[in-house]
Amino acid sequence: MSRYIVKRFLLMIPTLLGVAALIFLLLRVIPGDVVEAKFMTGEGQGLSSAVMAAERAKLGLDKPVWQQFAIWVWGLLHLDLGLSMWTGSPITEEIKLRFALSLQLALMATLVATVLAIPLGIVAALKQDTWVDYAVRVFSIAGLAMPSFWLGILMILAFLIVFRWLPPMVYTPFWVNPWQNLAQLIWPALAVGYRYSAVATRMTRSSMLEVLREDYIRTARAKGLWLKLILVRHALKNAMLPVVTVIGLEFAFLLGGLVVTEQVFNLNGLGLLFVQAIARRDYTLTQALVLLVAFVFIFTNFVMDVMYAWLDPRIRYR
Amino acid sequence: MAITPPMDAVEVIPAAPRSRWVAGALAFSRRRPLGAIGAAVVVLMIAVALTATLIAPYDPLAVDFGAMLAAPSAAHWLGTDAYGRDVLSRLVYGSRTALIVGFGAALVGATAGAVLGVGSAYFGGRIDLVLQRFMDIFISFPLIILALAMVAILGNSLPNLIVAITIPMIPRCALVIRSSALSVREMPYVDAARAAGYGHARIVLRHMLPNVMAPYLIMMTAFLGQAILLEASLSFLGLGVQEPTAAWGLMLRGAAVEFAEAAPWMGLFPGLAISLAVFAFNLFGDSLRDALDPKLRTL
Repeated sequence: MSRYIVKRFLLMIPTLLGVAALIFLLLRVIPGDVVEAKFMTGEGQGLSSAVMAAERAKLGLDKPVWQQFAIWVWGLLHLDLGLSMWTGSPITEEIKLRFALSLQLALMATLVATVLAIPLGIVAALKQDTWVDYAVRVFSIAGLAMPSFWLGILMILAFLIVFRWLPPMVYTPFWVNPWQNLAQLIWPALAVGYRYSAVATRMTRSSMLEVLREDYIRTARAKGLWLKLILVRHALKNAMLPVVTVIGLEFAFLLGGLVVTEQVFNLNGLGLLFVQAIARRDYTLTQALVLLVAFVFIFTNFVMDVMYAWLDPRIRYR
Repeated sequence: MAITPPMDAVEVIPAAPRSRWVAGALAFSRRRPLGAIGAAVVVLMIAVALTATLIAPYDPLAVDFGAMLAAPSAAHWLGTDAYGRDVLSRLVYGSRTALIVGFGAALVGATAGAVLGVGSAYFGGRIDLVLQRFMDIFISFPLIILALAMVAILGNSLPNLIVAITIPMIPRCALVIRSSALSVREMPYVDAARAAGYGHARIVLRHMLPNVMAPYLIMMTAFLGQAILLEASLSFLGLGVQEPTAAWGLMLRGAAVEFAEAAPWMGLFPGLAISLAVFAFNLFGDSLRDALDPKLRTL
């Protein structure tokens, strides 16, 4: 077992390194760089090429690509993400400001999703092919179909037209004013949480259906065990693993992937930061953000795999 | 004397009689009413897209400053936008954009994924390992972020947009198809083909690919909806289809929130169109999965 964990852990390294290399290359293939983005528009327009070359040299952009990559990875190994090419301040500072908001939103959306998905999925599986099942399925497929950003627009429309009220548009940290904070974040959390719950509901349903057909459930029923006990002790326990996986992976993406919904609700989170960073060709910041999201994703995957192996002795780990 | 493999002699595939298709469709709609509803909406959408020039009441690009932000009325059923363009006509033409991107991305993405997945399973060993690592890397990228980066690289013409949406889908499809192909590889007919001396390309394309058709079709229908959603998201961010082309996501951009109070129809109907389209594709895809391969999990 411990050998498996170590091996699985080590396998994360090439994947992370691959992600790092991929985003590094992708960014350099995108036409234009941060110096151009900064000086081709606005006040510095029409700077001489000598000034721009000096600017590039300051950022280390004049070095060969492999050297830039080596410098970056070397920094990463020392847990140093470097400076933002656009603002010049440390990337950890840039991210820290937004991370609190994105993390809170992701947590709230996960809560919404879990509370909705697990009961719905179980009920749908138990009443397979009845109207209850159909209703749950339609509800969850609709959740997958409605773009979260449109759901956000609908909410804003409803607030404006029906209630003549708008949620606060400026972020207040939870510890400063919890009420103000929740009044702002609950809506995007609901909009995103609905889609998220749809994914989890479908997983709960299909995984429950699979487990309910297992022999040990029939055995438990045959010996006349109380139905609720079978459900909780035997079925749910075994059906939850894939559900937890899906929730975990979605969480990782929520952290950095709320690009569009943040725009609707005027939230200054990691998603917005990401769009800005790409538009400004801020290589170091974009790289750091992608690596952060990929790391959370890969790490969640790792934890899930280990949990599977640990909880389910049928899985042979080599 | 060369021994000619006998496989080619039995290439005659009996043409499926028309009635079998009709009967199949009828049986499908009886057993899976939800799927049939989805299919019906999809067919309707295709019909609307094909006949857009005939059924759209106005030119979708015609600016009419006399009728800016007009409320739904007999003249403009779904109202007009900030340039006085007819929302209904733009919705009708927008279905073309959505379907082209949806079908284009899903077809290319699922096919490329299938070839990679089957190839990976067939060759196994080091090739499989390397391909798997590459898939892992691509999957660790959030879908929208990879698409954003691709758009930034390629620029945002319609074909480039399709490529940008396709790329994140390929590894997801390859993973699913690979796991199906692993069991196909162990089938006797693959051994037989190998014994007959066929080349790798032929075995992969002619013998293995047709046998992973079920997951392939399922992944493709699942991608259709996702591609439409992704295109809408990118266009909403201003990184996808560009003005003045009619596209649903683009219609929601900016104006929908800006004019929320004055013209709520601008934010309402395009979103409804996106949701309905994706809903129909998902409903159909779901039932198709249940019919073809209930154990397969798609999102």
